[in-house]
Amino acid sequence: MFFYNIIRYFFSNIKSMFIVFMNIFSKRETLLYPEKKVNIPPRYRGRIILTRDSNGEERCVSCGLCAVVCPVGCISLQKKEGKNGRWYPKFFRINFSRCIFCGLCEESCPTTAIQMTRDFEMSEYKRTDLVYEKKDLLISGPGKNHKYNFYEKSGKINIFKKNNKNIKRKIVDTKKILP
Amino acid sequence: MIKNIFNEFSFIHVMKPLLFLFSIIFFASSLSFVERRLLALFQNRYGPNRVGWNGCLQILADTIKMFFKEDWIPPFSHKFFFVISPIISFISLLLVVAIIPFSTSFLIINLDIGILFFLMMSSLSVYSILFSGWSSNNKYSLLGAMRAAAQTISYEIFLGLSLMGVVAQAKSFNIIDIINSQKNLWNILPQFFGFIVFFISSLALCHRHPFDQPEAEQELADGYHIEYSGIKFGMFFIGEYISIIAVSSLMSCLFLAGGNNFLGLPKFLCFSLKTLFFIFTFILIRASLPRPRYDKVMYFGWKILLPITLFNLLITAFFILN
Ligand code: SF4
Ligand code: SF4
Repeated sequence: MFFYNIIRYFFSNIKSMFIVFMNIFSKRETLLYPEKKVNIPPRYRGRIILTRDSNGEERCVSCGLCAVVCPVGCISLQKKEGKNGRWYPKFFRINFSRCIFCGLCEESCPTTAIQMTRDFEMSEYKRTDLVYEKKDLLISGPGKNHKYNFYEKSGKINIFKKNNKNIKRKIVDTKKILP
Repeated sequence: MIKNIFNEFSFIHVMKPLLFLFSIIFFASSLSFVERRLLALFQNRYGPNRVGWNGCLQILADTIKMFFKEDWIPPFSHKFFFVISPIISFISLLLVVAIIPFSTSFLIINLDIGILFFLMMSSLSVYSILFSGWSSNNKYSLLGAMRAAAQTISYEIFLGLSLMGVVAQAKSFNIIDIINSQKNLWNILPQFFGFIVFFISSLALCHRHPFDQPEAEQELADGYHIEYSGIKFGMFFIGEYISIIAVSSLMSCLFLAGGNNFLGLPKFLCFSLKTLFFIFTFILIRASLPRPRYDKVMYFGWKILLPITLFNLLITAFFILN
């Protein structure tokens, strides 16, 4: 048994050396990153953006839910009321040097204003460059959700725009219990 | 006077070893790059490939880094031993290169006690680890040095004994005589067990995987050279590769007939191919085998390798006396 074990271990070592040697001929797993781009899935949680609805108006209604839910507290914003009585953020600031890209802000946003993208290449030499203001965050398009317009469903004023026409929304009686 | 120094005779005698020295050191330092590329190849990675074409200037970058790092001598260390141990580690196996015939016409000294010289230098190289581990005054390096001591008493015996079969066959300690004795049959066949044992113990001598307990990066955080930085660490680092080169070229001399003709290749090329094969195997072993506990190494050494060596010696003696 003793000798049998010695021979067995000897050949098992030789075998593992052979297996490792055969790896020479197999494909390498490393992706040479800066030259070859990484294929990131669409729901990746990368850089955060603020989107507009299909009429090109800001979706964010300054409810502050994202700032409250953020576990590291890196979102700060201030409400301002527009002429039509609707709210919008006066400033909207995300400190990306603190953000942990958890995605809770995107989950919590009732208007799908705040969304995460696939971009992860955000390195900077100065930390202060990682604080993004509203002009850095706000994009011109609707992001992932093209159709959704918060004011079709809810809002203080029951008029909303659709295809540049003002449409009156059916008001839901919130006091009634029937649907 | 000056004319005397620069006459042709002494010029060649000074230049040849110097050329030798620098080419060995250069080759050893480039081996660090080659090893990383090869390990990456075995593990389906790329390894260093950014500096220069395919990373070929990586050695230069490493050298610059090594030279310009702060050379820190810890205030709690024993200065003399701390400084002398990297030098021992660098020099001891570098001297072994001097006795290796790269081809019959190209060697530095033809020592009659070639193999004994190698054994002596290899046992000196252990002191570098013991000194550095002890003088750094650090728990981890002391543990590394203790492991090195435990390992040394288990491999030193059959490092010498495994060569005795070869010596007995050639009836000489001189390496050139040993090469010449393999004209008909390479020593690797009649001395197969000796070869296996010598190969394993030379892995242990170079502190390569799987016998790198003294520097076990994962448990001991580099073991005996944990306190070293800058050029002192570089000397340990290059010293390891020099010992690999020395040992593998010695193996190709003793067991594969060195520069003897092989497929009609030129002698030097033939010798280099054999040596490179051993270096490649060393790296392959590093990539594939796990590290055993150091008491298992001792067990393996005393209970398995020593009987095999003695058995090999017995058989060799039997055939010689017959
Ligand atoms: S992804 Fe998470 S951490 Fe980053 S802003 Fe949103 S809630 Fe805060
Ligand atoms: S981004 Fe969304 S959650 Fe944050 S304040 Fe604006 S509407 Fe509210």
